[in-house]
Amino acid sequence: MQPHDAPASFEGTPAHRLLKVVDGLTFALGDTPPERCAWLAPGSESVVPDLPWGAVLTGPGQPTGRDDRPAIEAGSDDSGADLGETDALPRVRLAHAAAAAPGDVIELLPERGRIRTRYRRGANANTLFATERCNSFCLMCSQPPRQVADDWRVQDMLDVIALLDRDTPELGISGGEPTLLGDGLVDVLRACRERLPDTPIHVLSNGRLFGKTGLAGAIAALKHPNLTWGVPLYADVASVHDYVVQSSGAFEETVRGLLVMASKGLSIEIRVVLTAPTVARLPALAEFVYRHVSSAVHVAFMGLEPIGFALANRDALWVDPEDMAKSLTQAVHHLANRGMTVSLYNLPLCVLPAELRPFARRSISDWKQRYLDACAGCAARDACAGFFEWVKPGWLPRGIRPLNAHEVAEA
Amino acid sequence: MKFRPPEAFQPPTATGYRLLPFRFGRLPSRPDEVLVTGDSGRFAFLSDTDFRAFANHRLDPNATLTLDLEGLDLLYRGDGPIPLDRHAVAWRTRKAFVLEGPTLHIFVVSLRCHHSCQYCQVSRQPEGGAGFDMDEATARAAVDRLFESPARQLTVEFQGGEPLLAFDRIRGIVEDVAERNRTARRTITFVLASTLHGVTAEQLAFFREHRFELSTSLDGPESLHNLNRPTPTRDSYARTMAGVATAREVLGNEHVNALTTLTRASLTHPEAVVDHYIEQGFSSIFLRPLSPYGFAKRGLARQGYSTAEFLAFYRRALAYLIRRNLEGHAISEAYATLLLTSILTPFAHGYMDLRSPAGAGLGVLVYDHDGKVYPSDESRMLAAEGDERFCLGSVHEPHRDLMLSEPMQAILAAGLTEALPGCSDCVFQPYCGADPVDAYARQGDVYGHRPTSAFCARQTGMFELLFGYLREGDPDVVRVFQSWVRRRSPKEMRSERPVVFHAAA
Repeated sequence: MQPHDAPASFEGTPAHRLLKVVDGLTFALGDTPPERCAWLAPGSESVVPDLPWGAVLTGPGQPTGRDDRPAIEAGSDDSGADLGETDALPRVRLAHAAAAAPGDVIELLPERGRIRTRYRRGANANTLFATERCNSFCLMCSQPPRQVADDWRVQDMLDVIALLDRDTPELGISGGEPTLLGDGLVDVLRACRERLPDTPIHVLSNGRLFGKTGLAGAIAALKHPNLTWGVPLYADVASVHDYVVQSSGAFEETVRGLLVMASKGLSIEIRVVLTAPTVARLPALAEFVYRHVSSAVHVAFMGLEPIGFALANRDALWVDPEDMAKSLTQAVHHLANRGMTVSLYNLPLCVLPAELRPFARRSISDWKQRYLDACAGCAARDACAGFFEWVKPGWLPRGIRPLNAHEVAEA
Repeated sequence: MKFRPPEAFQPPTATGYRLLPFRFGRLPSRPDEVLVTGDSGRFAFLSDTDFRAFANHRLDPNATLTLDLEGLDLLYRGDGPIPLDRHAVAWRTRKAFVLEGPTLHIFVVSLRCHHSCQYCQVSRQPEGGAGFDMDEATARAAVDRLFESPARQLTVEFQGGEPLLAFDRIRGIVEDVAERNRTARRTITFVLASTLHGVTAEQLAFFREHRFELSTSLDGPESLHNLNRPTPTRDSYARTMAGVATAREVLGNEHVNALTTLTRASLTHPEAVVDHYIEQGFSSIFLRPLSPYGFAKRGLARQGYSTAEFLAFYRRALAYLIRRNLEGHAISEAYATLLLTSILTPFAHGYMDLRSPAGAGLGVLVYDHDGKVYPSDESRMLAAEGDERFCLGSVHEPHRDLMLSEPMQAILAAGLTEALPGCSDCVFQPYCGADPVDAYARQGDVYGHRPTSAFCARQTGMFELLFGYLREGDPDVVRVFQSWVRRRSPKEMRSERPVVFHAAA
């Protein structure tokens, strides 16, 4: 996930870099001590409650009256004037008022004059970034791995988790390859279970380490009630999968990992990125998944994201949706007919055959999703994944067009 | 950047490939092709040329066909160790029943019956006969044996005779089982196999309370049913359908099922039998041939027929069922559904007569009214004919002793299709089962002799019929088959082409 940074100016030195943004209601309903909270001052005139806040956040400085909708209304640029005892608190002035809202978790970066949003309340996707390291090197990786020592991220994730809303609707953990953290990942998942017992957790992992470590047993022992593993599988045969992930032996490791995960009762989602080598054997892959990973709770077929390594490998990877329609339909129907739950991600509705539209999900995180000029007047926009913010020529499917109300009703 | 091309991940051409265990055969309808099946049930149709190249290691290791066969687990191209774990898990999944122990426990609560069917599999006794009901001590001991089975899921089936004639015994057993299950905590399903003649509101209320599944016999239209199933009043059909109607009202349609027994008279009317089931609102029909036991053995000359005659009937009936399904009537054929489940899914179908190791004793135990224990209904019928060979012992002996008895050892020795002559190399072996009791009853020998076995001829005919349909690959037929396997309406199934079923050009 791409972190969202936003410019801010700082006064004073914060004792903690990770803070939960609160207003009165969020603070009162939560259990975070004031030292770990950033009080979001609704306006320059507003009284900051007399508590030892980790920081006080103010807006960019349009003088306005009091308002209880801080994300829209900004405070005065003279915010420090009448705040009495709270004068000594570190102050952070946001360049854009919308950069923080109650419930968010932010990281203060005073040396760079920025804040970074680590959790956004109400967003359709929040993700913890586990590591930059990976044991695969996928042709289309959206988050190219780096061999760096970043075990510090375990503690960082634990610190973020401690500040999350207890009713966080869902949380992803991604990388890199999170299982490279080993026991550190188990600690993070344990913290999720304790802090967020009702929050579905979704971890993206290539599964390779599950076949040769005791990780699956350690994770099963956590008895997390709502934990799913998204594991990519790119072919029914080793040579094709290994080529896509650029790692010899990866296929057998992943398949073995999946078997071990299933035997320990872990919940598995199979994720299939639709690149040319994968599409060529898609129906066979569907049957392979049904035969060997029939306990999978979900199979997601995902359109290619034009970012990261994919940009360098476009010609080897890109298949126009129209050219994959036949094999994609076969694969989806094959799995659906066998009682498996199937979704299509990152594919606009207009380029899918009508019979596949019911499987399409609005999958792209809201902060990186957009529509095109050609989408004007489309009746299906609210249900459509649309496009990645960074979509560019060469990555646009043929036949993008507005759907009419009749076509939407059919889906 | 340092990306490597596809060739870098292919095994060296010189390595070639290794074959994984497979069996092969030809369908009469496709003599120029070879059906290849793997141990865990994956399969492919190959042209004769491709098959010979495949078996002789002459396929191009990087040809699409070779990749297809690797994906089907029929060969392995890598030069490392063959990933046996994947095959072991697939195989274990299909054989999961072995670890369960007996799941089906049949309680024969009475031999009395009001029918006098020629084909009766059971040595039934007249309705007023004495000394043919299970007594309380026997029933309690049988329930002891039930809970000694290690299976988490248990099915308690009541049979006869007509078990409703001993309803008080059924009630006693069910209450005993329910009481003991408060601590034993198994998942228990109760089944009653009954004509449903004269079933009362009180009985149905009891069955509903304990979530019974009812199974009755319906041979087709009224004239055929009454011809097959004579009663003194000659109204068997009317009384069965009256029982079905009231049972459906109390239990719901989905909990009242019917079986068809096919006599010579039935064979000329496949469409009429199917249509009758549709008219009567059944969602499943089980087209069962006569079994060679009990009264049926004696009546065989008059009511029996050859396997070829049965298969001709079945072929017509199946084609008609497919057509009716495509016309919007969701009705499955139970036997085809069992075989298709084995062919098209990674799972076992659970049907006792088609297991390897055999279902007799390992999956089923029968507690007869007189306290004798048998490994199957068929062995009880042999005993009624005077041959006690398969009697495992008494209901008063512990489960362990029954399972270690001499008849069980004979069943185990002869109960593995993987090891039986004529089965071990059969292309249909992954989907078929061993039935040593049947082999003994028909051929006088638990091992049986496949070339002259009616069981084998019927199974082979059924598999050839079903694989013939799969090879043709009509999407509508595949959709109907898939709907049967999934126990859904064909309308809920999406169109699919069986492209992964065959790798033939």
